[in-house]
Amino acid sequence: MEMVVFAVLAGVAVLAGLGVVAQRNVVHSALFLLVNFACLAGLYILLNAQFLAVVQIIVYATAIVVLFLFVVMLLGMEHARETPDLRPYHAIAGAALGALLLGGVVWAFVASPAAAAIEPGIVSDVREIGAALLTDFSVPFELVSVVLLVALIGAIVLAKTRLQ
Amino acid sequence: MVPGEYYLILSAALFVTGAVGVLVRRNPLVVFMSVEMMLNAVNLTLVTYARVWDDVAGRVFVLLVMAVAAAEVAIGLAIIVALARHGISADVDEANLLKG
Amino acid sequence: MLDYAWLIPLFPLVGVLVNGLLGRWLGRRVVAALASLAVAASFVAALVMLVELLGLDPESRSHVVPLYRWIVSGDFQVEARLLIDPLSIVMALVVTGVSALIHIYSAAYMHGEQYYERYFTWLNLFVLMMLILVLGDSFVTLYVGWEGVGLSSFLLIGYWFQREAPAKAARKAFLVNRVGDLGFALGIMLIFATFGSVTYADVLPAALSGLMTPGTATAIALLLLAGAVAKSAQFPLHVWLPDAMEGPTPVSALIHAATMVTAGVYMIARVHPLFEASASALSWVLWIGGLTAFFAATVAVVQRDLKRILAYSTISQLGYMFLALGAGAYGAAIFHLMTHAFFKALLFLCAGAVMHALDGELDIFKMGGLRQKMRWTFMTTLAGVLALSGVPLFSGFFSKEAILAGVYAQAGLLPWLLGLVTAGITAFYSFRLLFVVFYGRSRGERRRAEAAHDPSALMLVPLILLAVLAIVGGYLGLPHVLGLGNAIEAFLEPVFAGTTLTGHAAASSVIEWLMIAAAVVVVAAGAGLAYWLYLAREGLAARLTKGAEGVHNLLFNAYHVDTVYTTIVVEPLRSVGRALSETVEVMGVDRAADGLAELVGALGTGVRRLQTGLVRNYALGMLAGVVLLLGYFLARILIGW
Repeated sequence: MEMVVFAVLAGVAVLAGLGVVAQRNVVHSALFLLVNFACLAGLYILLNAQFLAVVQIIVYATAIVVLFLFVVMLLGMEHARETPDLRPYHAIAGAALGALLLGGVVWAFVASPAAAAIEPGIVSDVREIGAALLTDFSVPFELVSVVLLVALIGAIVLAKTRLQ
Repeated sequence: MVPGEYYLILSAALFVTGAVGVLVRRNPLVVFMSVEMMLNAVNLTLVTYARVWDDVAGRVFVLLVMAVAAAEVAIGLAIIVALARHGISADVDEANLLKG
Repeated sequence: MLDYAWLIPLFPLVGVLVNGLLGRWLGRRVVAALASLAVAASFVAALVMLVELLGLDPESRSHVVPLYRWIVSGDFQVEARLLIDPLSIVMALVVTGVSALIHIYSAAYMHGEQYYERYFTWLNLFVLMMLILVLGDSFVTLYVGWEGVGLSSFLLIGYWFQREAPAKAARKAFLVNRVGDLGFALGIMLIFATFGSVTYADVLPAALSGLMTPGTATAIALLLLAGAVAKSAQFPLHVWLPDAMEGPTPVSALIHAATMVTAGVYMIARVHPLFEASASALSWVLWIGGLTAFFAATVAVVQRDLKRILAYSTISQLGYMFLALGAGAYGAAIFHLMTHAFFKALLFLCAGAVMHALDGELDIFKMGGLRQKMRWTFMTTLAGVLALSGVPLFSGFFSKEAILAGVYAQAGLLPWLLGLVTAGITAFYSFRLLFVVFYGRSRGERRRAEAAHDPSALMLVPLILLAVLAIVGGYLGLPHVLGLGNAIEAFLEPVFAGTTLTGHAAASSVIEWLMIAAAVVVVAAGAGLAYWLYLAREGLAARLTKGAEGVHNLLFNAYHVDTVYTTIVVEPLRSVGRALSETVEVMGVDRAADGLAELVGALGTGVRRLQTGLVRNYALGMLAGVVLLLGYFLARILIGW
């Protein structure tokens, strides 16, 4: 049963990923990205990380993808067509390197002894993450808030219309 | 029961898909989406290992990655908007003023 | 009390620091007063030390004041210490005394000059260095002072550095002194190599103990002599001194007549055992001194430039001191050094007063008739001329007698004759100067001549004090034949007691009287000739000059020594320099530097292409890097690197 769910989710995720890259229409790409993120959320549940699955839906699938769509609408880029690539070697080199990377990483994962079978068992996800965040990881946690603040200010400064 | 390797192989596939997307596509928004996909692929790896080794650190890390990704999206989209103001909206290769 | 001797150099040091750092904000009066007071205080301190020394037994009049450990480097150790003994205290008194008067004179003379505070800083620096030179107790402190006075001399000659002539003269003085200093430094190194110490107290007693081979002894003495010859402007390194007159006149009076140039005399007197240890060194000193005395005196006879006459006269008188040193009459040499400091400083300051009155005129044949207009200057100059000529009862007479007696007793008739003839020539050119400048009618611009007047009181007081010293200074050293005792030689006796030269004061009193008579006759003849040529028969001198033009030119150009140096040293070096700068510099150094820059530029141009400005290219690079790293780690695992 679990295997079936995994297979479906994984297949959809990969197809959606390819869709993101291959679609000419930016809006379609964004929608494929949404599907991809949703599949990952499902996989997180399979991996017994329910809290992360919820966060994945809230942060990625809604906030970020909506942000992308906003920008697309704002700039009117739905139908922006790419000009012919003047440097096709990028595509070729990218594909070749990508293939090498995929092969290498897969090989490494398979050969790695750490990738043992997943043991069953339910972890109390939220409680544990919350405790860790406020004890061992309190400093990174606080730092992230600063990062977000800086990003907020930076985004405003960058997007602001320049006043002459 | 799904073996851990499957998750890892899936994340590798997603990561490489994103990387190729970054290299092949020139629309800045699509490039950016590909980057997000790569981040998600790494997140999947982290969650998998957190499960395999039963360690909460992996999951906390994912949470931090998400926060940073959110910040990054805000900045990145602001840059894209700024680029569009200069007439660069379809091709990142047009932004090459910094060439040596 | 003698332990407080460090006060002597301390005052000028304070003067240097305060005037050098704060002088700009202090105002001119304060700067001048401070500098003069510093030197005066130093003089008083030296005077106190003299009184202390006189209170001791003659044998124990030598005191070492430790200051601090200066250099420690393996076997080489130098303590900074002051040596207070009759010789150093006499030198310190002469230096600080004359300096104090010249500081006061300068305050008025340099009025209105730019860089006023700089002038006094350097003057104080000079006094400080000179005191280190004479008070130090080792060759290394001597060398510090030696170079220090050379530096201050350079700075002060080039005081008007915006003008070309002073700048060149300063450079010349510095470079010529370098030649001698090289020898001096080598000599000190050889001393350390031979004796393993650089302190007088270790080296000097050991010098006569037969530790050295004769060759080493001569080498050391001649190397030290090279330094003395350059610093004291003896032939063949005398060429810098006449040019040094480009500096302000008080500087000429202080440094280039009264004190610094006597450093060589002091040094040889101080280290005389090293010279006595060598068979030939002292005769070198004797003949260099004698010939320089004669040669410079003949040159002074025909010069027209007031300060040049005095400069050649200084060279000649320093030659006299060397003559005395060469004959082993060290006491006489120091005695003459002292009287010379008085009357030559006086003459230079008088020259400064005359120049001041005549808007900087230097040609004596454009002066004349200044006797009535500048009464005080005339009287003080007269005192200086009488002392310089060696007219009986004036200071120069006694010191010159002491030298001639010593030379005759030790070195024989020929050097004595040389000294005698020089004395006659000296009298001739001194009186020529006096007659041409102060007597007759005015030959310069009438407006200027009529405006001539005595200088202000601030300049007159030092003149009068120095005139008094020039008259009475000689009574410190009365000839033996009078039987009244020679105070200064007796005082200096302990320092020179170890001399191995015999025959001192061996001449009988008849011969001594005869020698005095001969000297008086020669001086009278010189003075009379000057009177006849320049006052009684006006115009005769000009006719003579025309008649013997060849001789006149030879003398006027100082035997063409400068021309010879220019031809055989300066020009070849210049062409080598030019060749180097035109070939090696351009083809080698510049090419190498440019080539390096071009290489880097070419590399940059090549590497620049990597910087395409395209984000995707950078991403491609990153991905390639990731793949390579991955490959590396996989290979490590597989092959087991």
